[in-house]
Amino acid sequence: MADLTLTPNLDRPDDFYAALIAAHDGLSDDESAALNARLILILANQIGNIDVLNAALQAAAKPAEEATA
Amino acid sequence: MIHDRYQLAFKLYPYERSTDQDAATPVRHPVVVMGGGPIGVATALDLGLQGIPVVVLDDHEGIGQGSRAICFAKRSLEIADRYGCGQPMLDKGVVWNLGKVFHDDRKVFEFNLLPEEGHKFPAFINLQQPYFERFIVERVREAQAAGAPIELRGKNRVDNVTVHDDHVTLEITTPDGPYTIEADWLIGCDGASSPLRGMMGLDFEGRVFEDSFLIADIKMVNDDFPTERWFWFEPYFKSGASTLLHKQPDGVWRVDFQIGWDVDRKKELQEENVRARLDAMLGDVEYEIVWTSIYTFQCRRMKKFRHGRVIFAGDAAHQVSPFGARGANSGMQDVDNLGWKLGMVIDGKAPDSLLDSYDWERIHGADENILNSTRSTDFITPKSKVSHMFRNAVLDLAEQYEFARPLVNSGRLSVPCVYDGGPLNGPDALPGGPARTRVGSPCPDAPLKGGFLLDHLGGTFTLLTIDAEAPDALEEAGVPVTRLALSASDDASGALAERYLGEAKSGVYLIRPDQHVATRWENFDETATGAALRRAIGLE
Repeated sequence: MADLTLTPNLDRPDDFYAALIAAHDGLSDDESAALNARLILILANQIGNIDVLNAALQAAAKPAEEATA
Repeated sequence: MIHDRYQLAFKLYPYERSTDQDAATPVRHPVVVMGGGPIGVATALDLGLQGIPVVVLDDHEGIGQGSRAICFAKRSLEIADRYGCGQPMLDKGVVWNLGKVFHDDRKVFEFNLLPEEGHKFPAFINLQQPYFERFIVERVREAQAAGAPIELRGKNRVDNVTVHDDHVTLEITTPDGPYTIEADWLIGCDGASSPLRGMMGLDFEGRVFEDSFLIADIKMVNDDFPTERWFWFEPYFKSGASTLLHKQPDGVWRVDFQIGWDVDRKKELQEENVRARLDAMLGDVEYEIVWTSIYTFQCRRMKKFRHGRVIFAGDAAHQVSPFGARGANSGMQDVDNLGWKLGMVIDGKAPDSLLDSYDWERIHGADENILNSTRSTDFITPKSKVSHMFRNAVLDLAEQYEFARPLVNSGRLSVPCVYDGGPLNGPDALPGGPARTRVGSPCPDAPLKGGFLLDHLGGTFTLLTIDAEAPDALEEAGVPVTRLALSASDDASGALAERYLGEAKSGVYLIRPDQHVATRWENFDETATGAALRRAIGLE
């Protein structure tokens, strides 16, 4: 069974982050939210495995403050 | 009259009347440096140690107060060591490895720089800039005593320059009145607001990025804080959009509060207002304020650093945000790059066009520094709602999950530039050779019996052979090459082989006077070495 990767796995984190922020340049809040939704669906398709996706949903569900409270 | 624009920490080059001021016609000098800061004085030291006469002009008589640059990187120390002043910097500096990152009132994570073994110098030291400058000036005094033709002229303000095809005329004001000199080459090291740039009608290009930092050097009465770098995003104590706390020598702590662009400088610098920010951060702690300043920055560079006989270096040529300590450290790399090239051109050993490679290589470096420091700035002060949301999501995830930590960007600490694709580079022909010593890289240090590898490199061209045969002395186009013959077994720790051979059984490196790799092969070949050397000095 595939596991959710929570250790560093990005080839070039700074390049990715800059590209992510640049993709939102000039968008309204609603447009940005829609871009994020499309992006999540594309990345989910890339992952494919439902167990991994469920684990990701769970990992993202709570902010650190609540998760560690 | 010449008025002081700032107070001095050390008065090191008091005004003295020069015989140039009594000359009937302007005296011509091979090199004049405008600006007696760290970059200008280091440039003079590099040239002077080569025996090239150089005059440094500064409108003050020494070094300004304040910690300013504070973080000096391994590469800067290695460059200073090549000039003979790295050790006193290391002895005085504070070495740190542990960093902690906070968001609001929560610790997100901590990191350890985990220094690699087998280097003479650590990744970083913290040192107030006046000390860094003083050690360079003290080395100049020592070199002068041994005959190095360096002159430091304090209270010499350049008011006008006229640039000709083959020289520059400088009109100078002193406490004894004006005089004129000429220079074959003029090096502009006169800082971020460079009067020289203004006189020549040149300006910066690129992204203008504006923010201000309130900087305070303080001494705490009960000093039990650890020697660590603490960085806060949106700190709970509300003293700035970000805050950095760093330890310096003499029991002084450096605090940087990011306070936005549109501030009333005079009001912010009033002691009660500085103390209000510090009290909120430190709580019930007694401290003495040593120095305060407001610092503003822009991330941009000149389109070209070389303009005929005038060459710019350091902050005069490029500016970055403070995140990552890429200002003074990149200026030292400018000096390292320019010194040997200008020396060879003046000595007639290399064509004038070699100096165009300074432009290419250091613009490459400046662009890398600007990119990194701009990204750090964008992360630390997000410019849109969605950017702020992503930033805080990264910080939130980083507290729980390791994967998000590489995305946290509180400054990507200065590492030396690799001149990938540079005009002086020869072939990279060492199959299985490590990426970190590829052509264009600065040589990483390695331990040798009784010292370190970098003690033996620099100043001249060197042919480093590791378990390879080669002649002990070579000459090409009148330029001597000295051989450094080593074996992988010279370093029992294995670092030399790991850093210079990788999977290869032998290695031959042609290394420039600035300790950068010009080319590398598995075995020596005289024709190839000659061609690579000619390329490295701009002959091909």
